[in-house]
Amino acid sequence: MTSVLDRPAAQFGSAANLVCRECGTTYDLGPSHVCEMCFGPLEIGYDADLQALVTRESIEAGPQTMWRYHGLLPVAPLVDLHVGMTRLVPAPHLAKVLGMRALWVKDDSGNPTHSFKDRVVSVAASAARALGFEVLSCASTGNLANAVAAAAANSGLKSVVFIPNDLEAGKVVTTAVYGGTLVAVEGSYDDVNRLCAEVAGELPWAFVNVNVRPFYAEGSKTVGYEIAEQLGWRLPEQVVIPIASGSLLTKVDKAWRELGKLGLVDPTSYQVFGAQSAGCSPVSSAFRAGHDVVQPVRPTGIAKSLNIGNPADGPYALDVVRRTGGAIDDVQDGEIIEGIQLLAETTGIFAETAGGVTVATLRKLLASGALDPEAETVILNTGDGLKTLDAVEAVARPTATIRPSLDAFREAGLGL
Amino acid sequence: MQDVSVSVRVPTILRPLTGGAAEVSVDGAATLAEVLDKLEAEHPGIRTRVLDDDGKLRRFVNVYVNDDDVRFADGLRTATPDGASISIIPAVAGG
Repeated sequence: MTSVLDRPAAQFGSAANLVCRECGTTYDLGPSHVCEMCFGPLEIGYDADLQALVTRESIEAGPQTMWRYHGLLPVAPLVDLHVGMTRLVPAPHLAKVLGMRALWVKDDSGNPTHSFKDRVVSVAASAARALGFEVLSCASTGNLANAVAAAAANSGLKSVVFIPNDLEAGKVVTTAVYGGTLVAVEGSYDDVNRLCAEVAGELPWAFVNVNVRPFYAEGSKTVGYEIAEQLGWRLPEQVVIPIASGSLLTKVDKAWRELGKLGLVDPTSYQVFGAQSAGCSPVSSAFRAGHDVVQPVRPTGIAKSLNIGNPADGPYALDVVRRTGGAIDDVQDGEIIEGIQLLAETTGIFAETAGGVTVATLRKLLASGALDPEAETVILNTGDGLKTLDAVEAVARPTATIRPSLDAFREAGLGL
Repeated sequence: MQDVSVSVRVPTILRPLTGGAAEVSVDGAATLAEVLDKLEAEHPGIRTRVLDDDGKLRRFVNVYVNDDDVRFADGLRTATPDGASISIIPAVAGG
């Protein structure tokens, strides 16, 4: 493996070092994610002067992908599957049903492997290349598995992907098809994650969400950058984000704070809301109980892409939500299915279960008064419903089955 | 009690304290707290990396006794029977 020191600094963009979020100890850029002093998570530290070179104009002159923000990211675009700049869809019909004034859906199902995970993997895979790795690996609840296998196939890296053995068929097939090694582990995601944390200590592989996690996590900032740019360089007043590890939520907040600090948007106030399923609600439970630590749970329920019982960024997600005056809530499987249907029927967007969680939680937060129906709101759809067909197949059926004749059509009473 | 022995898997970031060893054995400890005390005696510095100033498990450390997360068991009071395998693993991963 080539040492990071042999590589030109330009490959690491505006990144300066790694900083422990807990105790502030700094480290050289490299494939490490844990503070040697306190086990705290390492995060990318940036060179403020380099970041300050980024302007609206320089961004707008960039490609129609997430890499238009490369000046705010920790690595050059060495792996690029044309990820990002997904649509921000106005949702007036959904807003009307919910009694809201202005609502948008940031629809990340439009990414190459149909989830927001393509963003984090683009950064992680680029970092893996810059750091001289040859194998890209991950623990995944499915969407990340797709993204890692595809990015590796595209960039000539080998992939080894670890998943729980009870994943939806739609996420197994859509990983295996890209080749590479796919390991189904007899256990939960948290078991898989633990295994990967141990394997990462033994093998010279780039585990996107373990040893290159500081780079990986920064990719989620591009969701926040895009929302601001697509709204005309301003921040929304409220955002609802699903929580699995909590990383996406914390990075959208980080993106908006950066944009404000760099003068790319007015630093207007916003509230961040989190969405979980009742089957896996450790962060929601901690929020409700007023705790700043998260008690791990054993996940159940249909929202498998969110089923992380021991969320690494849970405490930081709580910090963000509380700092911004938001809230976190959780919803039952039945509500999740209704959420998928409501979104599809009012926007034409077919979300996977995580999107159903977000819509159902939006509804619940409106009902409880935590979320203001008059404030401009963006919700995130992080994945494609085609990957979790089994969640809705019982309720999404033909309206009628008829013989191929005009009489049969009339008898069925289908004239609108 | 003295013939009780458990093995502890050491994460990469603590291996400088164990002379590079990825696995060490600990004798005569009945609970996780005792295992950590014995580890500290053999490899000074380990205890403060794993436990905070209040003597509690740091929030970004996971410890497993025979594959069970001790936070689901009795925490530092979790029993460590003879032959048990203990893993200390950074919590920050995944997502």
